[in-house]
Amino acid sequence: MKRFKTVFLFVLVAALVVAAQAQQGNSSGETLIRNATIMTASHGTIENGSILIRNGKIAAVGKDVKAGPNAKIIDATGMYVTPGFIDAHSHTALDAINEGALSVTAMVRNLDVINDTDINIYRQLAGGTTTIHPMHGSANSIGGQNVILKLKWGKSAEEMIFPDMPRTIKFALGENPKRRGNPTVPGQSARFPATRMGVEETIREAFVQGREYMKKWDEYEAAIKRGEKPLPPRRDLKLDAIADILRGKLLVHSHCYRSDEILMLINLADEFGFKIQTFQHVLEGYKVAKEIAAHGAGGSTFSDWWAYKIEAYDAIPGNAAIMLHKGIVTSINSDSADLARRLYQEAAKTIKYGNLTDEEALRLVTLNPAIQLKIDNRVGSIDVGKDADLAIFNGHPFSVYSRPEMTLIEGEVYFDRKADIARREQLAKEKKDLIEREKKMSGRGPERPETPDEGPPIDDPKGHNHR
Amino acid sequence: MRRLNTFLKKRTAVLLISACVVAALWPFGSVEAQNGVYAIRNARIVTVTGATIERGTVVIRDGKIAAVGENVSVPGNARSIDARGMSVYPGLIDSGTTIGLTEIGSIRETQDMTELGDFNPHMKAIVAVHMHSEIIPVTRANGTTTVMTSPRGRLIPGQAALINLDGWTWKEMALKASVAMAMEYPSVGGRGRGGFGFFAPQGGQDQRRQQRERLESLRKKLEDAQAYAKYLDARARDKSIPARDTDLVLEALVPVVKGEMPVIMSASRAADIKGAIELAEKYKLKLIIRGADEALEVAALLKEKNVPVIIGPSTDLPRGEDADYDETFSFAGKLHKAGVKFAFQSNDAAYARSLPYEAGTTAAFGLPKEEALKAVTIYPAQIFGVDNLVGSIEVGKIANLIVTDGDPLEFKTNVKHMFINGQPVSLSNRHTELYDKFKNRP
Repeated sequence: MKRFKTVFLFVLVAALVVAAQAQQGNSSGETLIRNATIMTASHGTIENGSILIRNGKIAAVGKDVKAGPNAKIIDATGMYVTPGFIDAHSHTALDAINEGALSVTAMVRNLDVINDTDINIYRQLAGGTTTIHPMHGSANSIGGQNVILKLKWGKSAEEMIFPDMPRTIKFALGENPKRRGNPTVPGQSARFPATRMGVEETIREAFVQGREYMKKWDEYEAAIKRGEKPLPPRRDLKLDAIADILRGKLLVHSHCYRSDEILMLINLADEFGFKIQTFQHVLEGYKVAKEIAAHGAGGSTFSDWWAYKIEAYDAIPGNAAIMLHKGIVTSINSDSADLARRLYQEAAKTIKYGNLTDEEALRLVTLNPAIQLKIDNRVGSIDVGKDADLAIFNGHPFSVYSRPEMTLIEGEVYFDRKADIARREQLAKEKKDLIEREKKMSGRGPERPETPDEGPPIDDPKGHNHR
Repeated sequence: MRRLNTFLKKRTAVLLISACVVAALWPFGSVEAQNGVYAIRNARIVTVTGATIERGTVVIRDGKIAAVGENVSVPGNARSIDARGMSVYPGLIDSGTTIGLTEIGSIRETQDMTELGDFNPHMKAIVAVHMHSEIIPVTRANGTTTVMTSPRGRLIPGQAALINLDGWTWKEMALKASVAMAMEYPSVGGRGRGGFGFFAPQGGQDQRRQQRERLESLRKKLEDAQAYAKYLDARARDKSIPARDTDLVLEALVPVVKGEMPVIMSASRAADIKGAIELAEKYKLKLIIRGADEALEVAALLKEKNVPVIIGPSTDLPRGEDADYDETFSFAGKLHKAGVKFAFQSNDAAYARSLPYEAGTTAAFGLPKEEALKAVTIYPAQIFGVDNLVGSIEVGKIANLIVTDGDPLEFKTNVKHMFINGQPVSLSNRHTELYDKFKNRP
């Protein structure tokens, strides 16, 4: 049965790819989105404006924009255009999230486990989201290296990887990394650490080792430069990553909740001379916003999650607003396949809970996460020269009654609600046909699995049951 | 307005003297001794059941709505709110929560939703409602005044309560202490999530047998309850019939099998919804379906049998990989078109505050706006049999009201005032207090 599900999915994906490509015939030419309300995220809102897209980039924005005679026209009368949303904390499109067997797994990479057929990619596209930051999980103090993807549904994993992707790594503080130190399952062995003290020590030890390792390599390379022929130090992939953090080549995004652990990591980073790029979740960031701002870290938080565990009991929906007003580059993220479909709603809530302006709120899910991920040179606002990653809404994006109608990445339409609805009948028919065929095959042929009630074959290459 | 502010300040002073955190969150009680007449003037009044009044007055007296209209005279002793530019709506109703029965998700000690054993019809949510849960004022702040809170778990987890989100005691909170019997229709392999259509996990032989057995034990329990009810009736008529020992389980089911207390049956799959309807017909249960993910497949039957459904959260992910991307967003609109009566639930406690936005989102995907509002006001009142008490702004109803600066289903709207049982209720909460404290941290 599972096998047929897989076959069916292939057909479905193939159909969507064909449909998506059919709409993308104009990729190298010009596209003009005209007569829209354009919320730029960088320089205010333009009424009755147009955006000219050329070669996937924004070529012009404004009230008086002209296109060539062959430009594809998207009439956006009555519609709103925003930058495509950027989710600074995602676990979408990954076949594996946590390598939790060790307390430090800086060597593992989400880059190696991208699942480009995850349906959540399409669902999030349909919510105007164009770039995501799929991260390693929070099972250990220093987790693996993350990846940044553009949601180019239908394309391969390689094509989704953000161009010149900055490298980021996941850290985690508090309850999650210490959970394995306090096993609740009888017989399960404990993994260090079990306390917040131990979390600090785990990170400290990694950086002490990493610093010494880096020194060995620096000395080795200096010796080579001097013309000597020294023996190279033994390569250690874990410490390579730690050394890259110290060199500023690998950016730390740390899961955290409580204010004390935030201060702990700032203290440790200052001591070892590296920067925390972004505190993730950072639900008590509002309590130590001054210290976070002084360190220069960003804060990427939820709009209104709270009370699901004790370290989230002081979480407040005004967190983003306070952090923002205290000078922190602040974003709202999803950490959820659901919320990643409606980041615009999450931003809208913060207007209410934190008294933000529309533009401040819009930046929480566009420009600010782009800055946090160091990709704001390409995405995050509607400015000339940036990638034409855009969401088009049928009304104001912060109204509960509005919905995304179209999503573009680098000028190509990857989601079009009208096309999606038009496809539904055909897909339903295809599904029915497949079911009929499956029924006809019942009980004959060698392909028929003998025990349909069993789970998927253990060599299921797509690992559909990984969660 | 100034008078109300002064009055609020006075009340706050009284509370500070009491120096009690709990009291700070529940500041309404101290006004009880004062007069109970309020007037909300110059407001846009969205009555829900009648026409919207563009500019009018709502008079509240002794906990009830005493007058509504354009030209209503304000009693001289009324405390008055000038609501110019603001709107009055009935307080929102969440048709399914665990509010009061849980506090912190990961902490077992704070969970009081699920008792041991399959048959707990004698368990009452109302007696375990934690009046001073931090979740209550947080939920109020976005406009919800009333929630259904329910046990969950086994076949019959217990009696659900309909509570107002204000009160010093749970008795004060109870709008209807035992509003319905919660039941869970035995299903195979989970509750309709994680599979789709023909390819949905069908469950093994063991699972199917287990389902049949569980269904059989549910039927038997209902039959025992019918017999018990018969015995009670007979003995009421004829004292010579020998008395039998009280059976608390069956006794609790008597109003259910008599059709006096509705059943809220959790059922997601179409087959389970059908099964629940068959069960209800056979045992003459007054049925409400909760969950109802596949309700569209049996919409005609639901409509024909006049069975209402409680749906949500409307922002759940679609159920299958090949489902429409907007399956859950557009579900309510399609149910509406199919003529099925429904109300929205948050199905949560900490996130119950987002109920208005979940309802609103469905209106971006096909449900008429006014229907979205009705599904968090008058429809739940009708479904729970309390539409004579709440759910709209009508003379004689309980004054559960919100005064807002806009459409309560919109994100940007702020609830400015709230009345529960005709008393003004504080809109501050753990979150606003922490916000105010740390916003001004030096």
